[in-house]
Amino acid sequence: MKTVTLTMTNPPELYLEGQNITPDAFAGKTAAEIAAIDVWEGKLKSPLGKYFTVEGNGGATAAETRIILRGDCSRLKRVGQQMTAGEIVIEGDADMYIGGWMKGGKIHVKGNVDSFCGLAMEGGELIIDGKAGHHLGSSPRGEWRGMQGGLIRVAGSAGNDTATFMNGGTIIIGGDADIHVSTHAEGGTVIIKGNAKGRVGGQMVKGDIYVFGQIENPLPGFKQVGEVEQEVDGVKARFIHYIGDLGERHPVSKGKPVYGNIYTRI
Amino acid sequence: MSELLIKNGFVFDPLQGIRGDRMDIAVKDGRIVETSALQHPETIDASGMTVMAGGIDIHSHVVGPKVNVGRLFRPEDKLFKSPLKRCNRMEMGFSVPSTFKAGYDYARMGYVFVNEAAMPPLHSPHVHEEIRDTPIIDNAAMPVFGNNWFTLEYLKNHEIENNAAYTAWLLRATRGFAIKVVNPGGTEAWGWGLNCENVHDPVPYFEITPAEIIAGLIETNEHLGLPHSVHLHCNNLGNPGNYTDTLDSLKLAEGYTPKNNFGREQVLHATHLQFHSYGGDSWGNFESRAPDVIDYVNSHDNITIDIGQVTLDETTTMTADGPFEHHLRALNNLKWANTDVELETAAGVVPYIYSPKVKVCTIQWAVGLELALLSKDLMRTFVSTDHPNAGPFIRYPRVITWLMSRAARDATMKTFKWLERTIDATSIDGIDRELDLYEIAQMTRAGPAKALGISNTYGGLAPGMDADIAIYALNPENMPENPEEIEKALSRCACLLKDGVVTVRDGEVLTEPPKRTVWVDVKVPENAQVQRDIYEHFLRYYSVNLGNYSLFEEHLFNPRVIEVDTTQ
Amino acid sequence: MPKRIENVGCPYCGVCCDDLVVTVSDDGKKILEVENACAIGNQIYHHATESERVRLPRLRQPDGTYKEISYDEAIDYAARVLYNAKKPLIYGFGSTNCEGMAAAAKVGEKAGAILDNCASICHGSSLLAIFDNGYPSCTLGEVKNRADVILYWGANPAHAHPRHMSRYSIFPRGFFTGKGHKSRKIIVIDPRYTDTARVADIYLQVKQGYDYDLFNAFRTVARGHEIPEEVAGIKREKILEVVEIMKNARFGTIFYGMGLCHTDGRNHNIDIAISLTRDLNDFTKWTIMAMRGHYNITGPNQVWSWQYGFPYCLDLSKRDIAHMNPGETSSIDLAMRGEIDAFFNVATDAGAHFPIEAVKELRKHPWITIDPNICMASEISDLHIPVGIVGVEVPGIVYRMDNVPVQYRKVIDPPEGVISDEELFERIYQRLCELEAEDAAKERVKTTAEGIPAED
Ligand code: SF4
Ligand SMILES: [Zn+2]
Repeated sequence: MKTVTLTMTNPPELYLEGQNITPDAFAGKTAAEIAAIDVWEGKLKSPLGKYFTVEGNGGATAAETRIILRGDCSRLKRVGQQMTAGEIVIEGDADMYIGGWMKGGKIHVKGNVDSFCGLAMEGGELIIDGKAGHHLGSSPRGEWRGMQGGLIRVAGSAGNDTATFMNGGTIIIGGDADIHVSTHAEGGTVIIKGNAKGRVGGQMVKGDIYVFGQIENPLPGFKQVGEVEQEVDGVKARFIHYIGDLGERHPVSKGKPVYGNIYTRI
Repeated sequence: MSELLIKNGFVFDPLQGIRGDRMDIAVKDGRIVETSALQHPETIDASGMTVMAGGIDIHSHVVGPKVNVGRLFRPEDKLFKSPLKRCNRMEMGFSVPSTFKAGYDYARMGYVFVNEAAMPPLHSPHVHEEIRDTPIIDNAAMPVFGNNWFTLEYLKNHEIENNAAYTAWLLRATRGFAIKVVNPGGTEAWGWGLNCENVHDPVPYFEITPAEIIAGLIETNEHLGLPHSVHLHCNNLGNPGNYTDTLDSLKLAEGYTPKNNFGREQVLHATHLQFHSYGGDSWGNFESRAPDVIDYVNSHDNITIDIGQVTLDETTTMTADGPFEHHLRALNNLKWANTDVELETAAGVVPYIYSPKVKVCTIQWAVGLELALLSKDLMRTFVSTDHPNAGPFIRYPRVITWLMSRAARDATMKTFKWLERTIDATSIDGIDRELDLYEIAQMTRAGPAKALGISNTYGGLAPGMDADIAIYALNPENMPENPEEIEKALSRCACLLKDGVVTVRDGEVLTEPPKRTVWVDVKVPENAQVQRDIYEHFLRYYSVNLGNYSLFEEHLFNPRVIEVDTTQ
Repeated sequence: MPKRIENVGCPYCGVCCDDLVVTVSDDGKKILEVENACAIGNQIYHHATESERVRLPRLRQPDGTYKEISYDEAIDYAARVLYNAKKPLIYGFGSTNCEGMAAAAKVGEKAGAILDNCASICHGSSLLAIFDNGYPSCTLGEVKNRADVILYWGANPAHAHPRHMSRYSIFPRGFFTGKGHKSRKIIVIDPRYTDTARVADIYLQVKQGYDYDLFNAFRTVARGHEIPEEVAGIKREKILEVVEIMKNARFGTIFYGMGLCHTDGRNHNIDIAISLTRDLNDFTKWTIMAMRGHYNITGPNQVWSWQYGFPYCLDLSKRDIAHMNPGETSSIDLAMRGEIDAFFNVATDAGAHFPIEAVKELRKHPWITIDPNICMASEISDLHIPVGIVGVEVPGIVYRMDNVPVQYRKVIDPPEGVISDEELFERIYQRLCELEAEDAAKERVKTTAEGIPAED
């Protein structure tokens, strides 16, 4: 694996869009070639080297390329967008759409991220040591095929609209989640280690949600059906099991309706 | 004084019976002229290439409120699916393109005239605003009549003259082109969440049946002598077993003969027939009855059709058939928009994925092709995808390739998950017919132009007609082995002349010559009763004032009016 | 002789009354009388000719005062600001015609701007819900002719849309509703007991911020499941009763307002309202409609949808493709995050409607206001360009809250020399093309706009 280190030395006045900062785009390129890759500040298209110093060449393939981002990247969007393999490490905060439409590989953000991270993710891992903003692992506007697979792990809290239209994959939130979790979901798993504010599983068709803390305002469309013991993210615990959203349509499998599940820890 | 000579192409013009002859076409000041009329022409070398009139689309949903709902409520139809800007304006969207993209894409395919398939009269200013923003191609738009309260009330009592006067008034008010009928009676019933499932199912409260509406409108149309015939979207679209309802609808044209001065020979155009040619009584035993339907059409020459070919894409369905869209929403559970329009019509919009993995979809694919390939008269059988309902119009080149090449059909069928069942449920595998370029010219220019009653101006290459000419890099004497090459050549024409202006070269739009709005102005005798009815209905039932309903002249973009005088 | 002009459309609220009769003076300069309009509508017309109007563009001077300049100078200034900014924002369009919006889009596309309209701070949440869940709706005449159950949720038309109830919903007699009010059941759901609630047959006082939960309860009941004793402050029996009424309606309409799209969860409140409407269509006929505020705030959603496929929050900065994602490309978010380096306030008053922090951020960069009137925005601008008032001095197409296009007329001429939004944007576009051509000819000249920002 080869490592390319980008250091933000000349931060943008506005925000920078770095959808080309991916192992896929860097693979097979030298440091100089990477410095010539396009990034956007508003309508201004510039070579990446205008903002970053670039050290190291890309690997032969995406899978053999690791990108390390240093300096203040809190105004940098879209890193790792649509990446299929390889690795990205962001040493501090980053802005929106980190790991959006990600298909494979791994992104590790050591700070916080803003909204729309892991949007429409299909595979790979997105690890965030800090907090995440809104629409984590959510679906792009109007798209009913949201997150399909992969893992998002956030150590801190997440904003609202996590996992909207989720279809598959796993999202683990170490802290609390704001309102709307798995709205319209038709699959996938969300695990909240802290509390959830409310509107958990609204309009949910299928899928699983685990809340280790409390759901401040549970929805009337969920019904308690029993207690279960399960191992969740390495923790064995007892949960109260609810099904819903009973206000929503549900598919029928082998003559029985399939519901969304919420489990709250006892 | 601009003069152009298109030299040495293989010319196909079914209106004149020209079948691929190697000849020159002369253009002067936007019109086609005799070659002898030119003095110092610029020349375009078309040797080894196919020359046809610009394409004519008889049925496509490209402008207006429900098209725009489709655009508005599908941001995902743009995401990673829009091409980068190449012309004057951005081109956004896949299944429901922006107006700019629609104009450019039609031009790239060599099309020059597109008939908007459904205009809700109340929304005509919207339709005309979008026409203004659709570059290059000439547009006409058909107001919908089949559920209009005036029409229902007049036809209930068989008041053809009154209905004709109202029709003339509405065509003028909306700057419309022809009588469109969508799910007659059923869409009005949808006002109560109901439907008319066959032509004898009465319309709630209006004491009339779809059959009476269709027949009454045919009579009205021939009474007025409009350029186009009644343009019908039959009842019970999209359901297993609906071919009997379709045959019932088509039979209503029996006994009527066309009366018009525009060269039109049909009294009924049945649109997107693919959606109406199904057997079986459930999705389980769903099957094609295309042979039955096209047999009937073959033996009744007062009917024309377009096929409504399924293209196997993710697309957006949109129709004034409100109850159908509601039904579809329950099948695929996707987002659903609906707009009922007071006194007139409705519209529904639902995204839809025609997947080669789904048996019903692949049967639908076969049905459209069967209709075309079993047709005995391609001057009455037209290419369409009911854009965007069965697929986006940018797939016409692919549809044409399927029609021209058994190998292309076989290649597509190989991708079907339920190939055996599709073959069992249709006759597609037994059809070896491959259409030639002359037949394609019939289905895409000459035929639709004639059926629309505009074949004196569009759809042919005779002197005096508009110089709308498409040149394709296809040599009829040496057609490409690989069907994909045919598709490519048709997608990006080598050259398009619009009104004599070189508009497209090698598939790229060079310039945007002014486009037109084509509409039909019918003069009818004064009719005090109809005037009074209009006044009353606006006073009591409409939500806009009569004085603001008719399109203001300033909102009509570059009109070309076709005049019809019934008072003579 | 004073002239009576009929069928005039009112350029105020989304009800778009088109039955006004306006009497203008002999010389066509003064509005004498306005018939049929409500009090607010009436005022719009009188304001146009009675108040002092700005007749020339005004440019901010170093001492903070405004100096009048010519339209040509103003157009050049505006074009240069757009040309030199990395991410200019063109926002507003609450009160202009579709022709102006189309021309502004041309400018936005050429300039690589963000193009946004007032929906962004208002019914944008409706649009988000429509993206996700559709919109089973109808025109207002359908409601008038057919509806026997009307539900106002978080809307107070008695104040915000004065003629809504009389023209379309509660009171009019239509084709199948000959008995008018008597043939209809009115339900109002609102945390406040509003004037609209006073005319309701059933009033549910939903707990502030719990609309989503209440919709969820309605849907759960409609599917035959149990719900708790009380949801969102409403007793179960009441919820059951209302669901029964809805299921047994012949034709129902949910009209919802800012109460729904501006409380917690915003778009989701609308989204689940749409889900409920879908569900009810399995029983009978139901429709839903947003109570859009301004008379043509639906217009930019339409125009930009047919031009780009997006109704608001358009990011055209990539120049070859449009992008939209409210939450990122929405005006307030962009402003607050400092993503914008030039601001055009068009036919609205961002000075009054934006949060103060957003205004402060935007004030760090050039701010141009295009509006007929003096407003807060015009007073903190670097440049104010006056235009004619649509519906009074400029005709054009507007889209009513139900997306029906209404053709508006002009009743008087604009003050001498004052041009329309459309003409202004067409001229800015021409100027941008010239700047582009100049640049293509030589190396890119960096010209900074003159004029100094006013004090905050
Ligand atoms: S209700 Fe609205 S549109 Fe009608 S007159 Fe009053 S302000 Fe104008
Ligand atoms: Zn159609």
